[in-house]
Amino acid sequence: MGIRFVLMVNKQGQTRLAQYYEWLTLEERRALEGEIVRKCLARTDQQCSFVEHRNYKIVYRRYASLFFLVGVDNEENELAILEFIHLLVETMDRHFGNVCELDIMFHLEKAHFMLEEMVMNGCIVETSKSNILSPVQLMEKSY
Amino acid sequence: MASPSLMDHLFQRTLDDVIKGLRHQQTLESAFIAKVVEDVRREIKSTELPTKSIALQKLTYLNSIHFVDMTWAAFHAIECISSPNFAHKKIGYLAISQSFHESTPVILLITNQLRKDLKSSNEFEVSLALECLSTIGTVDLCRDLTPEVFTLMSSSKVFVGKKAVGVVLRVFGKYPDAVRVCFKRLVESLESSDPQIVSAVVGVFCELASKDPKSYLPLAPEFYKILVDSRNNWVVIKVLKIFSRLAPLEPRLAKRIVEPICDHLRRSGAKSLMLECIMTVLNSLTEYESAVKLAASKIHEFLVDDDLNLKYLGLHALSIAATKQLWVVLENKEVVIKSLSDIDPNVKIASLRLVMAMVSESNVAEICRVLINYALKSDPMFCNEILGSILSTCCRNVYEMIVDFEWYVSLLGEMARVPHCQRGGEIENQLIDIGMRVKDVRPELVRVGRDLLIDPALLGNPYLHRMLCAAAWICGEYVEFSKNPIELIESLIQPRSVLLPSPIRAVYLQSVFKVLVYCLHSYLIQSQNVTCDLSLKVPDVSSIGVETSVSASLKATVDCEQDNLRNSNQSYEDLSILDDGEGDSSVSALLGEKSLTHESVINLLNLIESALGPLSGSFDVEIKERARNVLGFVDLTKQELGDLHIRKPNVNRKELTASAIVELVHEAFSKELGPISVSSQERVPVPVGLILNENLAELDEICGDVQLPSTSSSSLVSPYLGETAGFSTLQSKQDPELSNEAASLLAEHRKRHGLYYLSSEKKEVQTCDYPPANDLNSSTNANDDTQDLVKLTDQSFVLKRKPNHAKPRPVVVKLDEGDVVPLSGKKVESEDDFLSGAVREILLGSEAIPATSTIKPSDKLPSRKKGKEKVNVNLHESKENSAEGEKPDDENPSLKRRNHRSHGKERSRKSSGKKNADEKQGNEDKEKKKSRHHHSRHKAQPRADMPLNVDAQTGIIPDFLL
Repeated sequence: MGIRFVLMVNKQGQTRLAQYYEWLTLEERRALEGEIVRKCLARTDQQCSFVEHRNYKIVYRRYASLFFLVGVDNEENELAILEFIHLLVETMDRHFGNVCELDIMFHLEKAHFMLEEMVMNGCIVETSKSNILSPVQLMEKSY
Repeated sequence: MASPSLMDHLFQRTLDDVIKGLRHQQTLESAFIAKVVEDVRREIKSTELPTKSIALQKLTYLNSIHFVDMTWAAFHAIECISSPNFAHKKIGYLAISQSFHESTPVILLITNQLRKDLKSSNEFEVSLALECLSTIGTVDLCRDLTPEVFTLMSSSKVFVGKKAVGVVLRVFGKYPDAVRVCFKRLVESLESSDPQIVSAVVGVFCELASKDPKSYLPLAPEFYKILVDSRNNWVVIKVLKIFSRLAPLEPRLAKRIVEPICDHLRRSGAKSLMLECIMTVLNSLTEYESAVKLAASKIHEFLVDDDLNLKYLGLHALSIAATKQLWVVLENKEVVIKSLSDIDPNVKIASLRLVMAMVSESNVAEICRVLINYALKSDPMFCNEILGSILSTCCRNVYEMIVDFEWYVSLLGEMARVPHCQRGGEIENQLIDIGMRVKDVRPELVRVGRDLLIDPALLGNPYLHRMLCAAAWICGEYVEFSKNPIELIESLIQPRSVLLPSPIRAVYLQSVFKVLVYCLHSYLIQSQNVTCDLSLKVPDVSSIGVETSVSASLKATVDCEQDNLRNSNQSYEDLSILDDGEGDSSVSALLGEKSLTHESVINLLNLIESALGPLSGSFDVEIKERARNVLGFVDLTKQELGDLHIRKPNVNRKELTASAIVELVHEAFSKELGPISVSSQERVPVPVGLILNENLAELDEICGDVQLPSTSSSSLVSPYLGETAGFSTLQSKQDPELSNEAASLLAEHRKRHGLYYLSSEKKEVQTCDYPPANDLNSSTNANDDTQDLVKLTDQSFVLKRKPNHAKPRPVVVKLDEGDVVPLSGKKVESEDDFLSGAVREILLGSEAIPATSTIKPSDKLPSRKKGKEKVNVNLHESKENSAEGEKPDDENPSLKRRNHRSHGKERSRKSSGKKNADEKQGNEDKEKKKSRHHHSRHKAQPRADMPLNVDAQTGIIPDFLL
């Protein structure tokens, strides 16, 4: 499965985007997000970006006020996931121009589409920024 | 006319409005959400799709971010995706991907819409449908839509093609039979000229191979090509993951990939690729020393990097190396040990694991000592992490690593003194376990147990209560090794033992009983001997205890100390310090005996009486009963002891009932309890005539009778209640007295064991709080310890295993199979096997039973249920099942048709494949050398109408990489 979920959470611990690649009930999701946010937001900048949680790993990175958290299987390459997070941020940056929390809040759907272009079934399928963005922009233009 | 819906539409809040609204609601967020949901419920019923879709969009947003339930809107989402308008469709699909799952009732309704969109000329619509299928695809959906996905895989639009490839993973997972249709095209995609397609397909194979690597061995040449040629690190990482699964299965493959992997490792600047190479080498290529060395050097680079992430990953890589290549860890031990004092708890724990991996027989003592010092200075969490890992490492394989058990037992005692210690339960288990298994260490165990029991501070830490329970049990069970049983009793009935939970107090009382019996027994023997000796006119009274032989049941304490004892009147505490535990066992209970004068025994009995008296009214039955047992016993013996003392000579103690009872009880207690094998119950033969599985239904009648009074026991309660009420009044009357008594006991206890009390007396009496057992003196700082540990691992690893133990390892009792935890059954194989069976059939042909492959694919659609039921599916069997069972053709005629069609296409396209295959039949040897031919074989395989058993005998994969 590789990636199990992608979360974006602000400094206050509010979820700004949640994409799961396995089915969880609302209650499970709420519990999971609560636990993870508590665990990761408590860590300082001097600590590493990997946290073991239940039977998988969380790779996270902070950009300004937003935390990007990705839950992955234990075999997954942590550094590749960090690069993936960075790629995601760069892609959004290119699209929104200096992306911030508000952009994601008001364009959640678009953020979901970008993620969809990058990840399918929990596998990273596309890693080129222009390939990711061109359909998103085309869709915007034509409809 | 359409006023409500028009009004709705005009005044409907958009998603943006909702988000803005939410931002302004700091406190009343939930009320605002409830309001929005209410609106949504109304709007979503609108017949106007714009209104409906916006309502759905808002609901989807709230579901995603604010956990609002949206299962009720499933049908509305389906309505949205059937809209011709792309914007509505988009909203509908997002809602469906987010909220549908296997058991959504309406999920089957979307099959046709999905099919329609998959065939759409608009690539974005196709993409939406594919994305949706990849997240929610069920068995039925995957089965019904396989033909469309198959067609899309070869779409001329890369944008669609790569997604179709991605969806295949979901389809295979849910509906393994799709392999027969799509697999060949998937393999072809590996050689696609488009990097996007390759990237997607490698991802799919990476996932497939992680579940069942064996089936994908034949594809190694394709993967190899990508490994060597690809410039995309993402793809190379995936291919490396595949190879790390394949390499252990095929040694020749490992040989081929070592060089390219080392190449990547040397050349690449990308840390993620480096990490993947390191992991692959450590996991799968450990036989190639040069590769491991290279990986080790890279790990070292990671470890000394400033980036904390790299350091953590370096440690993680070391922990993988630790099992097979411990030298890699040893080379980096300095970094590892320094990381123990890192700021990041994750790094600390990783390095702790590694330190424990370095522990060996020869250095376990020193490492544990330093770690305990670390534990004293760490935060509670890490402290317990340290203690836990010491405990679990040392008890591995029945204490395999421990040679000096006396040291280990005292270490366990020491752990209790670590202020944050919460591992009482584990220590308890190990203390008792060692007591039962290792006979030679029992004297030391009793000493440690006594030190634990006597320390009042430990009673204040609830986490340690279970450990104290073990100490109490040990002191009772092995009291014959005790130097001063009276002191034991005193510590078992010390005032602070009220802090213990009642089950543990019960154990304490039982131990008091055992120790008391032991004391009395020794005293009786002693007094008998005295009288005998006196009559035999032995002059020197002071040496009586020493010279006389001891009853056979009494073993060992230290011989050499007898002199000490006789010559100097040191207190017992000093003695126990002098005793360095060299368990030379010409031992006797002399020390104990000598102290047992008549007076001391009477005092002891009085002390017990006064301490246990209040407990005989305890509300806990267990405590009450045991206390009363002890008290009754004390009562009985006290009288007769008085008599015994008065009628000094010529008493035959056998005549006295108390003595007889003491004798009897002592004998009962001196029976040794041993460990019992887990399986011993099974070995008891069933007695003849006993039918174990007889139906006991007839007992119901009798039981019914029995139950009756118990249900109406309320009537029985009242007298009892009266009684307890009586007790409580009694107790309350006693209370002041009791507390006085407690205070005086406490004072006495302090006088005796001042060692364990703070010097300032005033506070002590009032407050029940004791200082922590082991205050941080923090005289040494962490760095010193680090140096220590580094040095210590240095020497101990230089010396390697040359311990030259002063004394041999004591015997550790092991039970034949009882100690080995039985492996938890066989690995349960899931329906993945079904998938791998299908894949293997296509790729190898040989592994599946040849006959099966002659059946047309449409004929052998095993029903889903059958497939699921099957554990460890053998392809052959499943075929039979389906053949005799349902008739899938009838069930799913459309699919059948389609299959035929697609196969027809294949056939026409691949007519050359047949030729190749025929050729191959003749030239098997040649084929082995040419991978090209090998490829063509893959292509020929899936041709369903051709008998595949032609080259079944080639069986295992030939040298595909030549």
